[in-house]
Amino acid sequence: MTDQAQLLPGTLDLLILRAVSLGPLHGYGILLRIGQISGNALLIEQGALYPGLFRLVRQGLLTASWGTSENNRRAKFYELTAAGRKRLREETDNWNRLATAIGSALAAQPEEV
Amino acid sequence: MRLLDSLRFRIATLFQRSQMNAEMEDELRSHIQHRADDLERSGLPRAEAERRARIEFGGQVRYKEECREAAGGTLIESLQQDVRFALRMLHKSPGFTAVAVVTLAVAIAANAVVFGVLNALILRPLNVPQAQSLYGLERGSDKAVNQSYPDYLDLRDRNRSFEDLAAYNVAAVGLDTGNNPSSAWILEVTGNYFDALGIQPYLGRFFHGSDEHGSNSAPYIVLTYAFWHSHFQDDRGVVGRVVQLNKHPFTILGVAPPEFRGTLVFVFPDFWVPIVNQEQVEGVNVLNARGKRGILMVLGHLKAGVTPSQAVADLNSIGSYLEKTYPKDDGQMTFSLTRPGLAGDWLGRPLRAFLTGLMLLAGLILLAACANLGSLFAARAADRSREVALRLALGATRIRILRQLFTEAVLISLIGGTAGLWCSVVLLRGLSAWRPLPTAPLQVPVNPDANVYGVALLLSLASGFLFGAVPVRQVLHTDPYQVIKSGSTGTVGRRITVRDLLLVVQIAICALLVTSSLVAVRGLVRSLHSSFGFEPQNAMLVETALSMAGYSGDTVPAMQKRMINALETIPGVQSVGLVDRLPLYYGANSSYVFTDKTTDLRPANAAAEAMRYNISPEYLDAARTTLLAGRTLTWHDDKGAPRVAVVNREFASKIFGSATNAMNSYYKTKDGSRIQVVGIVEDGKYASLAEDPQPAMFLPILQSPSSQACLVVRSNGDSQQLVAAIKSTVQDLDAGLPFTIRTWNQELESALFPSRMATLSLGVLGVMGAMLSITGIFGMAAYSVSKRLKELGIRMALGAQRKEVLQAALGRAFKLLTIGSAAGLLLGILASRVLAFIVYQATPRDPLVLAGVVLAMLLLGLLATWIPAKRALSIDPMILLREE
Repeated sequence: MTDQAQLLPGTLDLLILRAVSLGPLHGYGILLRIGQISGNALLIEQGALYPGLFRLVRQGLLTASWGTSENNRRAKFYELTAAGRKRLREETDNWNRLATAIGSALAAQPEEV
Repeated sequence: MRLLDSLRFRIATLFQRSQMNAEMEDELRSHIQHRADDLERSGLPRAEAERRARIEFGGQVRYKEECREAAGGTLIESLQQDVRFALRMLHKSPGFTAVAVVTLAVAIAANAVVFGVLNALILRPLNVPQAQSLYGLERGSDKAVNQSYPDYLDLRDRNRSFEDLAAYNVAAVGLDTGNNPSSAWILEVTGNYFDALGIQPYLGRFFHGSDEHGSNSAPYIVLTYAFWHSHFQDDRGVVGRVVQLNKHPFTILGVAPPEFRGTLVFVFPDFWVPIVNQEQVEGVNVLNARGKRGILMVLGHLKAGVTPSQAVADLNSIGSYLEKTYPKDDGQMTFSLTRPGLAGDWLGRPLRAFLTGLMLLAGLILLAACANLGSLFAARAADRSREVALRLALGATRIRILRQLFTEAVLISLIGGTAGLWCSVVLLRGLSAWRPLPTAPLQVPVNPDANVYGVALLLSLASGFLFGAVPVRQVLHTDPYQVIKSGSTGTVGRRITVRDLLLVVQIAICALLVTSSLVAVRGLVRSLHSSFGFEPQNAMLVETALSMAGYSGDTVPAMQKRMINALETIPGVQSVGLVDRLPLYYGANSSYVFTDKTTDLRPANAAAEAMRYNISPEYLDAARTTLLAGRTLTWHDDKGAPRVAVVNREFASKIFGSATNAMNSYYKTKDGSRIQVVGIVEDGKYASLAEDPQPAMFLPILQSPSSQACLVVRSNGDSQQLVAAIKSTVQDLDAGLPFTIRTWNQELESALFPSRMATLSLGVLGVMGAMLSITGIFGMAAYSVSKRLKELGIRMALGAQRKEVLQAALGRAFKLLTIGSAAGLLLGILASRVLAFIVYQATPRDPLVLAGVVLAMLLLGLLATWIPAKRALSIDPMILLREE
């Protein structure tokens, strides 16, 4: 638990979009999926997920509908919209550029400068 | 559209709120259940699993709040919260709430009433179609609205700017519908009047320009809706009925629509009659006299596309033609346009000046109220600094806290505004139903309309934001750690604060109001005791218009003589005089007079424009007008005798240089006749109480007859008996003669009406200002005493005297009071110029007024600081220090 990384601000939305892009999920499912695809390396407080979900629904990036979960419980399932898919692509590109830039900056050796 | 959509969305979310809350609830519960399922699977008992799941989830309430915010629609919801919280806070301090609401209600009511009057009398156009293009004509540099009928005809037929020009005049007539002769107020109008204004009949038909075929050719009547309702009981069969008007048969043609009540805002006539029948209506016919400007106003719609300045140029070119063609009658014939409702600048200018002044003062009242509430709010915010600090420390944003404070302010302003508006609507309705003068068809139609409601609402909202903004800086600078640590804001007013400034402003406004109301009261008192040039006490007025009973020509003076002789025989009557038009009655007759040497008798060469009274010989005695030199008129000054006049002192000095020069000298009137001055009387008041001395001349009624006459009956007997005796005497002479009897003092009500109204309204505003100042000073003094209780207690414990304690506690309040009062007094002196239009000799450079203002302010100060001072003096240092 202790070596989990704090989320950078703004990255939760990106993670939610990514998680949902692999198939419709309910809130708890999204948490599990993020844990799974990030190798449980990120620390996310469970409740903090929901304001993000509501925000994305309001922005039209996700749609939500009630259904029955694998545990046979009522749950709200989220799905990516076309706009959400587009946003996910853009944000992924952005992130990759940023990560590359930061990565190479941090990897730079004295003799390369 | 964007905004609308988002608004609709927000409102929709508001209604879906409960459903959304339930769903959110479900969703979060479902999450916790799922998590608990997982935990249970890993071996925990169900109850423990659910507990753990809830803990892991984190602060549910906070996340729900954040979810709501993320889902939108938080503005309205948080507004709801704010309102609920504000109501709770206001409920918790009912004293503060009551003071704030009442203060604001009073201020808003004052503004709404004054604006209601301003709106109805000045801003609102006459109730005719296309009122924007309707203009009245004013003539010359002194903006006279009256014109002569021949001039009107020339203007109507020669202009190319107006669709049509109509004219009207106010007159009183005797109406006999079968059994009871009574007098009625009418408008004599040109035949095209209704067509020019674009009014359609409610019933029957109107008369038209085509109905006019010379003198007395159109004996028609069009009733106002109100008169039809009250005198004919809505009888639709009234059309075509013949009634007796001044003993002449007139046919009722139709009824005007209820919303059209003539073209003079103040005067609601009973019906309309064509002006070509002037001889039957007024007993005289001046329709052919170009020099007799008997028409009250000419008005009409501008043609489409013609600007007012083009119309003025057009009229002026007709005017210069008239000047050249009729140099004897037409003096300065330049024209300007005016709004038609108020008889031009004659009534319009003083009314506009006064109402604007009043509006300004009412605005100041509101500002004072805002200042007052602002300091109350600031004091309250300071008292609540602990609460504010706590909320800041718990993570509330400053914006959120400010919004909360503003919500409170706006809530108070809306409650106060609604209460004030309600009061003002009641007042305005009452004012509209009121007939201020029993003898005239005068009304103040000031029913509130949407404008009034809008302005009141806007003003209350604006004031809410204004006084709500006062504590903003205080909140923005609150440092939660400091406040919670030290208990309260440490520095209590050593330097000049916003609140001090507000208080000074407010006191200055109050002093200004007190000054103006004292000036007005003094003016009123002085005008009541000034010399009118006659003595209204113990004089009864009998008003008849012989033309109403069918008298004309030579039968008029004969009947007048008989009435005078008959009334003189009543026991207790000392003298009876007759005058064609009373001084200080609505408007006055005046004529140009010329020196004896003048040969070119055009108006430009006139020596003066003198008030003209046609009197019987006994009038000067009956009116108790003092004769200074020479003789009064006699019954021998008749048509066969040389023409003579009695003039007043101002006339004598203006035309002849002095009274001694004037005696037995001659002057000329416009028709060229020479008149000899045989007597000189004291100056009086003729047109208004506020006027400067005016030249006036009194002419023998036998040399210049008039069928309009008022008899002045002076007696020392019992007035009740006298009235009965006069009634039977007049009825014995002619049972069909309509007449009214009243005392001269009652008659003077109309002359005193403007200054009375001015005094009353200023007085009310003055009292309001005083009340606001008292609460303002009281609030400030009470607050400063309560803030400094500890300090004062220590001082007393160290042996300070009562005087020193008082000085420490209240010195500041009194210093502010002094500064504010001085400023207000100065402003008041400046503002009195406006008052001089209405109030007799309005000047604040009057020791009594100055002393009155100082005394009033001092009293206010004492009154307001009485309770705080007592509280400061009753401090028991022992109790106080023990408490701390």
